[in-house]
Amino acid sequence: MLITIKYFGSLAEVADCEEESIDFLGSHISELLDELYIKYSGLKNKDFLVAQDQELVPLETKISSKEIVLLPPFSGG
Amino acid sequence: MERYNRHIILSEIGQNGQNKLSKAKVLVVGAGGLGCPILQYLTAAGVGTVGVIDFDIVETSNLQRQVLFGTSSLGKNKAEAAKSRLSDLNDRITINAYPERLNFQNAIDLFGQYDIIVDGTDNFETRYLINDACVITNKPLVFGAIYKFQGQVSVFNHDNGPTYRCAFPNKPKKDELLNCSEVGVLGVLPGIIGTLQANEVLKIILGIGKVLSGKLLCYDALTNQTTVLSIKRSETEFQKVLTHKNNFHEQRFENSFGDYSEISIKDILNKENFQFIDIREAHEQPEVEGVPVTRIPLSELENYLDKLSVTKEKAVFCQSGIRTKKAISILKQNNILNCHCIKEGASEINDYIKRSHKKVTND
Repeated sequence: MLITIKYFGSLAEVADCEEESIDFLGSHISELLDELYIKYSGLKNKDFLVAQDQELVPLETKISSKEIVLLPPFSGG
Repeated sequence: MERYNRHIILSEIGQNGQNKLSKAKVLVVGAGGLGCPILQYLTAAGVGTVGVIDFDIVETSNLQRQVLFGTSSLGKNKAEAAKSRLSDLNDRITINAYPERLNFQNAIDLFGQYDIIVDGTDNFETRYLINDACVITNKPLVFGAIYKFQGQVSVFNHDNGPTYRCAFPNKPKKDELLNCSEVGVLGVLPGIIGTLQANEVLKIILGIGKVLSGKLLCYDALTNQTTVLSIKRSETEFQKVLTHKNNFHEQRFENSFGDYSEISIKDILNKENFQFIDIREAHEQPEVEGVPVTRIPLSELENYLDKLSVTKEKAVFCQSGIRTKKAISILKQNNILNCHCIKEGASEINDYIKRSHKKVTND
């Protein structure tokens, strides 16, 4: 399944893009992250949340959307 | 009243709504990039009591985005400088300035005196503290945070909605400790995000529109894209905070501001028993000149503890002071004694050294 992944904040710097499409064969968000951790080792040092269908979801959630958003917490003010 | 005429003629607000604003008490934590526009609009709108707490002083590099301040505010405490500008903007309301740092000891009492708390701070430690104190005192929290060209806004702990910990249960690791003074920020961004926060405050007070409770609004200034994500309330996260309610006062900041001694470059410059340690990453500028400096990036500090002098006092600095506190906590964990934070950042240290050298030459 072709999934679009959007990277917010400093994650876009790790992935060197703001979004990308990847062909993903697994079924859960945790599996998708495992693939992304291999692709971008810097991602392991980042804290971030995952959203699909405009909702923040736990990592054990089954992927049901073609768009996944990864967003880090911001601290600046 | 003439001043609020443009509010009063709106049928959604009217005199009744304006009265609600004048009875409201709002506390803004941090008078920086976010705090300035928040304070400006709440004051102009006629919120009856506006509180502002900030320990920091106004520096030249703040003026690019912290719009309440001017060159005449340089060197002044931000809460007090904000109050003096805001009093001119609206002399009919009460403005309370607290020139101190929010901590576990003063948060509960202070929050108790207000109806709504607004987070305009620049570090995670204080953000988690604000969230927990809001949960304990049962106050709505209007949250905003920024990074370079992007911002996040939400309203937490409102009408049984989720809290900050429901969205961000884990306090970020050291990698995320950089703030605006270290990574840069588009000046107008905190203006946009802070204004969105002020808007949420007014909606809560007036009871109009849909408050961003249970939603995290993400804004990108470069693309103008706005993404709104839903957040679920987690009873576990909520209860975790309440469990610590009784010993909240006894807590201390873990990483940042806790157990360290803060010193000024002015007090140690010509003392020989100090080793200066710059813990910024290798690429960061400006280089501090005029004194011997040992550079060990924070990310590698634990691997290079042998570079630290055993006999001298260690004076650690970074770009703004935020990472220094993390460094001190690492040094303490490794039982390295006699460590101090220099409260000034690299640029200020440089300026001071240059000025004092000039003085010596002139003398």
